[in-house]
Amino acid sequence: MPIKSAPVEVNIGPQHPSTHGVFRMVAKIDGERIVDVKMVVGYLHRSMEKLAEERTYTQNIPFTDRMDYLAAMAGNLGYCLSVEKLAGVEVPERAQYLRVIFNELQRIASHCMATGTFINDCGAWQTPVMYCLRDREKVLDLFEMTCGARLTTNYMRIGGVAFDIPEEFLPALDHLVNDDLPYRFEEYDQLLVGNEIIMMRARDVGVVTPEMAINASLSGPMLRSAGIAWDIRKADPYCVYDRMKFDIPVGYNGDAYDRMIIRIEEMKQSLRIIRQAVHDLPDGPHKTDVPLALRPPAGESYARVESPKGELGFYVVSDGGPAPYRWHVRAPSLINLSVLKEMTVGKTIADAIVTLGSIDINVGELDR
Amino acid sequence: MMLSLLTIITGYWFDIRDLSNLSRKIEELIGDAGGPDWLIFVVSGLLGAIGIISFIGGVAVINIWVERRVVGRMQSRLGPNRLGPFGLLQPVADAIKLMQKEVLQPATASGLIFTLAPIMFTVPGIWLTAVLPWGRNMTLASLDSGVLFLLAASSLGALAVFMAGYSSNNKYALFGSMRVIAMLVSYEIPIVMALLGVVLFTGTMDLGGIVLFQEKYRVFMVMLQPLPFFIYFISVSAELNRTPADIAEAESEIVGGYHTEYSGMKFGLFYAAELINAVVVSAIISTLFLGGWWMYKLDELVPGWMIYIGKIYGVYFLFVWTRGTLPRFRIDQLLAFAWKWMTPMAILNLVLVAAEVLIWEESGWSAGLLLPAYIVINNALAVVTIYGFMTLLAPKFQRFPARLRFYPTIDVPSLPAVAAVDAAGGGPRAS
Repeated sequence: MPIKSAPVEVNIGPQHPSTHGVFRMVAKIDGERIVDVKMVVGYLHRSMEKLAEERTYTQNIPFTDRMDYLAAMAGNLGYCLSVEKLAGVEVPERAQYLRVIFNELQRIASHCMATGTFINDCGAWQTPVMYCLRDREKVLDLFEMTCGARLTTNYMRIGGVAFDIPEEFLPALDHLVNDDLPYRFEEYDQLLVGNEIIMMRARDVGVVTPEMAINASLSGPMLRSAGIAWDIRKADPYCVYDRMKFDIPVGYNGDAYDRMIIRIEEMKQSLRIIRQAVHDLPDGPHKTDVPLALRPPAGESYARVESPKGELGFYVVSDGGPAPYRWHVRAPSLINLSVLKEMTVGKTIADAIVTLGSIDINVGELDR
Repeated sequence: MMLSLLTIITGYWFDIRDLSNLSRKIEELIGDAGGPDWLIFVVSGLLGAIGIISFIGGVAVINIWVERRVVGRMQSRLGPNRLGPFGLLQPVADAIKLMQKEVLQPATASGLIFTLAPIMFTVPGIWLTAVLPWGRNMTLASLDSGVLFLLAASSLGALAVFMAGYSSNNKYALFGSMRVIAMLVSYEIPIVMALLGVVLFTGTMDLGGIVLFQEKYRVFMVMLQPLPFFIYFISVSAELNRTPADIAEAESEIVGGYHTEYSGMKFGLFYAAELINAVVVSAIISTLFLGGWWMYKLDELVPGWMIYIGKIYGVYFLFVWTRGTLPRFRIDQLLAFAWKWMTPMAILNLVLVAAEVLIWEESGWSAGLLLPAYIVINNALAVVTIYGFMTLLAPKFQRFPARLRFYPTIDVPSLPAVAAVDAAGGGPRAS
């Protein structure tokens, strides 16, 4: 006679080591299996979209740092692109190359963090995350060298970048890109990609089918793991990405493991882009002069960038005043998270944690 | 010079190579003074117990430092290095912090069991040290059924974990304790069968006897019994809740599992007991498989207990290494591993050992002839079974290795044309 038992409701989060911030998952659990998942977001809501309506366009740039604080450069860039589009500001060539360099560095930093914490969610005792953080630190050192900040960089400006790179930047970057990180990524390949326990834990876990991915409007590694070749850098090139040669890694299975190896592969492709950008880096001004109290003409604009998490879009509406009339952010973390229920129901708690880790959410961006 | 000094001190109570001389000397003194027999028994027992418990207490403190330091190196960082030389005082600071903390207990917890659980978890680990042979003639309680006692006491820890999880009245804690029970049921079987192979070979359950067997035939048991060593090491790391199999506490999943609700020194006891258990298990492995205090000719020069502690820390390093390296299994994978891998392998080994022992006893061939042959056969069996089980039971992912496609360009579906925004009319509503 089968024993009947009522499903137990468990709160995974908001205070949980593996929810990557204050995200809450209310899971109904039958034994070890998950029957139902309810997502509760909004614990980190800081009302940035409303706050921005009171501030000038330049004053809003630091908000974009604090959304996805692990990929501040991408947020900076997306916002500046949308305002430039609205105001019709020309960006100097050098600034465009610098933007590409810093965005790809940021992608490496963010993917390092994502890979490390993902393995931590698989249950490793901090070792992979320490290795990944070690490599992320080197990238952050370069940020500090250039703009003085490591995490919330506030580096992009409307019409360029805040500072030109210092003298010692290019040698340090050359060392990092050519002598250091390639070997580190080889190490990741050896330690993580071939690791059988990681395969056991991540294969066939959190599977996203192509239909699901398109219906939910997923983007970034989530979409590419499902087997759909889509990348804003190729599909809607911004800055000088159309001059760069790089490949888009695309997976077959749409599982957590594919997402991990896609991230590792994307870091290698980022190195390729940085090498080309450094090689072609022109001289010239790093910024066009734009009035601090910029008053773009009334209208609206949408600019999107391929942030490490996915398609990060900024929709800005101007009524001709010094502050945006309305500002909306298409946050990839939130939209990628929307398939969590389909991915986790029927799996175990351990799988749900691995799935959540592989989505690579950032709660700062999720709740804004 | 050195040797002459050794010959002088041999047999005296201050000969550090045999600490039991001291207790024997005291026994003699009491006996000469006409003391009763029970007093001799109690005094020598207490002496040994004090020695062992002070060692275990020291281990519980110093191993925090050892583990953090070693894992720190593995993680390309330094580990604790601020407090005292090489950070050696860090565990003291940790202990003081834990003692100062308030011991919280959930209002809905079942008080007595909640308090008993950490004590229950610590005590069996200390029991186990009584039967260990620390050197020649240096066993506190030389039980004839030592291995049986060891198995019985080591499975008590799981009961304490279940008590902790069940009494905390916390869902995560309950998950942790249910996982422990599932793991206990699965992993006790391969552990018992692995140790049975050793017992069959040596013909004794006395741990001291097992070491003497290895000394007599001048062979480490790990050479004769590689498969049980392998099985015991993995199974016991599951029982110890160490990382490849720490599903009972699984910090990233169930937030510490059974000790979620524990704080202060109650949590400290769990923490210390885990370190003690790891060292005790390393001691068991070094006794059963690595010759205990015996080390070819070395144990005549160096005190046996020093060799023994060296071996213990060697095995302990293996535990720290696996902990610092591997991610965690999922519970179903861990249980499948026990039932599909470990148990059949242990049964296979047991059958082979039984046949080998039978041949040894019935044929009358000398050990010098048989043991090398057995070493070859058993090692070959270990290699063949491990490889065979890996290929037979390989999961699907090994047959379909990781691969990616690379797209230098992508197809962009053309979007329907959108009329350009009219700056005058297309703007937002006038405010």
